[in-house]
Amino acid sequence: MICLEGLVKSFQKIRVLDSLDLTIEAGERIALVGSNGAGKTTLIRCLLGEYTHDGRVFVDGLAPRRDRAEVLKRVGFVPQLPPPLKMPVEDLIAFAAGVSGADGARIVRVAGELGLDAQEVGKRPFMKLSGGQKQKLLIAIALGRDARLLILDEPAANLDPAARRALFDMLAQRTNDTMIVSSHRVDEVASLVTRVVEMERGRVVFDDRLVQGPAMAPLSAQLRIAKAEPEFMAAMEEWGLAAEGGGLVWRGVIAGPDRLRFMHFLSRYSGLLASAAFETRIAEGCHNETIDICA
Amino acid sequence: MNKLPLAAGLDVAESLRSRWFLLYASVFGGIVALLMIFGVTESRVMGFTGLSRLLVTYIQLCMAILPIFILISTVRSVASDREAGVFEYMLSLPIPLGAWYWGRLLGRFVVVLLPVVSAMALAFAWGVARGAEPPWRLFLIYSGLLFSLSVCFLGLGFLISTLVRSSDVAQSAAFLLWLALLVFIDLILLGVMMREQVSPEILIGISLANPLQVFRTAAMALFDPQLVLLGPAAFVILDRFGQGGYLAWAMLYPTLMGVGAAALGYWRFRSGDLV
Repeated sequence: MICLEGLVKSFQKIRVLDSLDLTIEAGERIALVGSNGAGKTTLIRCLLGEYTHDGRVFVDGLAPRRDRAEVLKRVGFVPQLPPPLKMPVEDLIAFAAGVSGADGARIVRVAGELGLDAQEVGKRPFMKLSGGQKQKLLIAIALGRDARLLILDEPAANLDPAARRALFDMLAQRTNDTMIVSSHRVDEVASLVTRVVEMERGRVVFDDRLVQGPAMAPLSAQLRIAKAEPEFMAAMEEWGLAAEGGGLVWRGVIAGPDRLRFMHFLSRYSGLLASAAFETRIAEGCHNETIDICA
Repeated sequence: MNKLPLAAGLDVAESLRSRWFLLYASVFGGIVALLMIFGVTESRVMGFTGLSRLLVTYIQLCMAILPIFILISTVRSVASDREAGVFEYMLSLPIPLGAWYWGRLLGRFVVVLLPVVSAMALAFAWGVARGAEPPWRLFLIYSGLLFSLSVCFLGLGFLISTLVRSSDVAQSAAFLLWLALLVFIDLILLGVMMREQVSPEILIGISLANPLQVFRTAAMALFDPQLVLLGPAAFVILDRFGQGGYLAWAMLYPTLMGVGAAALGYWRFRSGDLV
């Protein structure tokens, strides 16, 4: 479905995508994760044909830059930040449906399933809607078309719990579609995805398939390090672990879908680790698997 | 379905809702209203009376206001749309780049030209209704000149928008372009260059190449082609071209310049980063 070969994108001599190779098969559901500046948005814009680049990008064998309209017919995109469009909601739906050859009524119906009455707010300027309403409408436009590739950038960021549930149900039903869900946290989208791709400084640094089931349960971790390293300690805090013993012992729980990334992260500091112990927590108070690693 | 009309309609609707359009339409409507209120249609100045006088005054004011208005409003809205992420979303929809670019340009052209010509047409109709002799030839020629001037500056505005990414820089570039063109009209820098005995061919070349000067000369040539009003370069050019030939140049050249600039902008747009 998607093939990226040696993809390079630079802005004023700064390489944002650095010889990136990635293949995504049809039907795969990817969580694209990484910190700010990792290159996720740039990668998405290359897929949408919005950036020139070196290297090759193919979607179903077509190049998004060259075969723009043909590629974008297959793509439903939800941006992280809704654009400040002044046009009324009904105009936006009409335009999106018109250029995509989609049925506007279907978009309105999907919006309704997400809890947005698009007809009621039809005359209101898009930019005057609340953050959640904007997000719902953009999701409805992406899902209310015959798109086979969904590119969703933090799709649930502004949604209330009910809309979030409805969105995840809708996405779960689209079993044949390929999905790229960009997110800062894997646990947000863990139930949707089958593969995690982590980017850092324009490269793929982690790429693995998620196994649903017990392996997705939270992981209780206790780490002992040989010396208090500031960079490691800062990273531990970001992962949500708490320090004991002057920063030499770290305890906490890692969300199930993040465990592979966490292990990958730890491998970079293997020289610093004195010991590590992990327990998988299938249910509260139950330990079914313990791994002890002593340096 | 052809997607160009969709993009054009989108731009027309967006412009009609925007504050710049309200201001723009008010300015041109207001000019005509003021000219009527102050009785320009009734006055006799330099041999022109009634509607002819109103049209002549109106076209002079258009020359001063229209180019900078078109340039600034175009580059501002296009560049700020790009900065704010509007392009990122709208260009993720399956619309061909040609339909998007030319559609928006067409929509903007309609929006820019409509108030200017409508105000003139309303004044014309009002004058005729009050029994004035309708100066059809003048009206048609001025409509043609306004058309070519609008195409010219719209094309330049779109070109600047594609070359410059920040809205602040784009507005500054548009303003500087207008200033440069304004400086090189007959009564300002060209006059100084003439005093400094710059070659007449260069002066005439600049005069013919500057769309503002071309428009000004054509507009004035219709009512008083005298040296003191036209300026020396325009006078010489008119003498060589003749009125008919110069009017043809004044309509064709700015139009071609605008279309050329827009085409260059399109090439730049489609060959670079879209957002």
